[in-house]
Amino acid sequence: MLRFLVRRALGAIVILVLISAVTYFLFFALPADPALLSCGKNCGPQEVALIHHNLGLDQPIPVQYWHYMVGLFVGRDMPIGHCDAPCFGFSFANQQPVWDIIKDRYPDTLTLAIMGAAIFLTIGVGLGLISAAKQGKLFDKIASGVSLTGQSVQIYFIGPLAIYVLADQLGWLDHGHDVDWAHNPVGSITGMLLPALVMSVIFWSNYSRQTRSLMVEQLSEEHVRTARAKGMSSRYVFFRYALRGAMGPIVTIFGIDLGSVFGGAIITETTFGLHGIGQLAVQAVLQTDLPLEMGVMLFGATAIVIFNVLIDASYAFIDPRVRLA
Amino acid sequence: MTTLTRPEGQASSQDAGAPFLSVRDLYVQFATEDGTVKAVDGLSFDLERGRTLGIVGESGSGKSVTNLAVLGLHNPRNTTISGEIVLDGQELTGASSRTLEKLRGNKMAMIFQDSLTALSPYYTVGRQISEPFRKHTGASKKEGRDRAIEMLRKVGIPQPQTRVDDYPHQFSGGMRQRAMIALALVCDPELLIADEPTTALDVTVQAQILDLLKDLQQETGTAIIFITHDLGVVANVCDDVLVMYAGRCVERGSVREILKTPQHPYAWGLLSSIPRLSASVDVPLQPIKGTPPSLLNPPSGCPFHPRCAFRDQVGGTRCQDERPPLALEHGRGSACHLPAEQKQSIFAERIQPLLGQAG
Repeated sequence: MLRFLVRRALGAIVILVLISAVTYFLFFALPADPALLSCGKNCGPQEVALIHHNLGLDQPIPVQYWHYMVGLFVGRDMPIGHCDAPCFGFSFANQQPVWDIIKDRYPDTLTLAIMGAAIFLTIGVGLGLISAAKQGKLFDKIASGVSLTGQSVQIYFIGPLAIYVLADQLGWLDHGHDVDWAHNPVGSITGMLLPALVMSVIFWSNYSRQTRSLMVEQLSEEHVRTARAKGMSSRYVFFRYALRGAMGPIVTIFGIDLGSVFGGAIITETTFGLHGIGQLAVQAVLQTDLPLEMGVMLFGATAIVIFNVLIDASYAFIDPRVRLA
Repeated sequence: MTTLTRPEGQASSQDAGAPFLSVRDLYVQFATEDGTVKAVDGLSFDLERGRTLGIVGESGSGKSVTNLAVLGLHNPRNTTISGEIVLDGQELTGASSRTLEKLRGNKMAMIFQDSLTALSPYYTVGRQISEPFRKHTGASKKEGRDRAIEMLRKVGIPQPQTRVDDYPHQFSGGMRQRAMIALALVCDPELLIADEPTTALDVTVQAQILDLLKDLQQETGTAIIFITHDLGVVANVCDDVLVMYAGRCVERGSVREILKTPQHPYAWGLLSSIPRLSASVDVPLQPIKGTPPSLLNPPSGCPFHPRCAFRDQVGGTRCQDERPPLALEHGRGSACHLPAEQKQSIFAERIQPLLGQAG
């Protein structure tokens, strides 16, 4: 088991290195010159060359990449100043250390991700389980319809709608604002409730549909029939046998979704004006800010890769056949 | 009352009072998108304690459906069951799910065919065996585990103390089937339904499992329903045989009667399609022509008439129009319009030579 995890972790590192290389080299395929952005209007060739030198852009791209990667682990001295490990460099746009920017933005993303995931998992799996237990009944039909609708709507549609109804008209929830755990922990939670709820809609519909169909399939499995033939109660069979069998795939999609929400939720953050990682990513791309882009990209990729390894590890707990293979 | 001796050749065991298991006019119908499937169509049979009834027939003839109905395992959402199933004086059709839960795994148990899919991959063999025991007897975890070990030992699993904590996939096919039997027998059921318990196994393991079942029956006097399409197995373990076709019983009798002097053309077909080790390799097997009928729309009259080679000898269109009754005499009979003497002569002249047995 340990060997398996070590192998998976090594593979994950290889993937991250590949992603970083591809991102880095692709950036230079863009026609925009980042030096021009930070140079203002009357910028002569000399100034551009100086900025290029300051940003390290005058060196060959592979050398730049190498310095970047080394800096991640040991820190590096740059013309603009020293940068401690993990050094993601300085933003081209505002000369701040990228790592500091990410750290500053991350609480929003983290809070939104955790609250959203908790909501979509609970509602999604819960609805799916009830639908499976009440196959073909009214609840099942309504839930299927709601799920289908949930999956087809867009956050930028239900977001404003939810703000208007739940916040403006009914006043039940906050409008949604950035978190500030140090000074206002309660407000951090209430401010993130509405965004988390809205974000969860597009996810939970998927969970309820998946859970329902997995459970329906499991309930017709022969080992479930055997459990019934043993005289176990239908509740016991439902949760201990059928749900147990449906758990693997649910955990798999949950892990993938977790990776993606921890990497930033671009549309939700933009809709609610939150300053999280997703919004940062948009900003970085718009400003052709390579260090920021790299930082955000690596951050999101790491989240996804970590959750993938965690899924693999959790499989060993869920399915004894994997444990011994 | 527990009978350990098996009367040979005498099918009807005339115990005083009602039989242990009595199935009367059982109909099982499934509602599907294409229409109603008449999976079991007016089936009746009785079973006494300590005896083994074999149910034979092609795939889709309603063997398994019948027995799932006895256990009440059909999905009530799309299944209609009518008729009577009486187990030891207790009516099972229409019984509450609570009542059935108390009986299942306790008084009546089932051995399923494919132990790889029939056992949950997520729990240890020991847990799966002890679950029904703990539920029905209220035993503790420790007692349940001890019982599981005892059962595994009984069915011949080596080192049961350690194997009890294994998962089903760590068992070989034969061992898994034994574990499945241990699971079914853990509460000493009075009725055991074995649904092709040996079909997926090789012949040596098959023989061991059959011996095991026979021994356990000797010990406890369990009534066994043995579903199979293997007539060799039937000859080995059964006292009585019920031949099913299209959800109906087409022939009933003692195992000797069915195998030596079958009366129904379908039973003749079944017997002539078995390869025999002693037969000459030049004699071709005689498969039954055609395929089993669709139960969505079963043939009128005798359901076997489209495939029957002898329907011309009945005369007229009786086979197409009239459903032949199962005329039982001392538990022996067949549902066929051919007159008894004619059946005897056809069997003696045309079928027996194929079977290679001396009259």
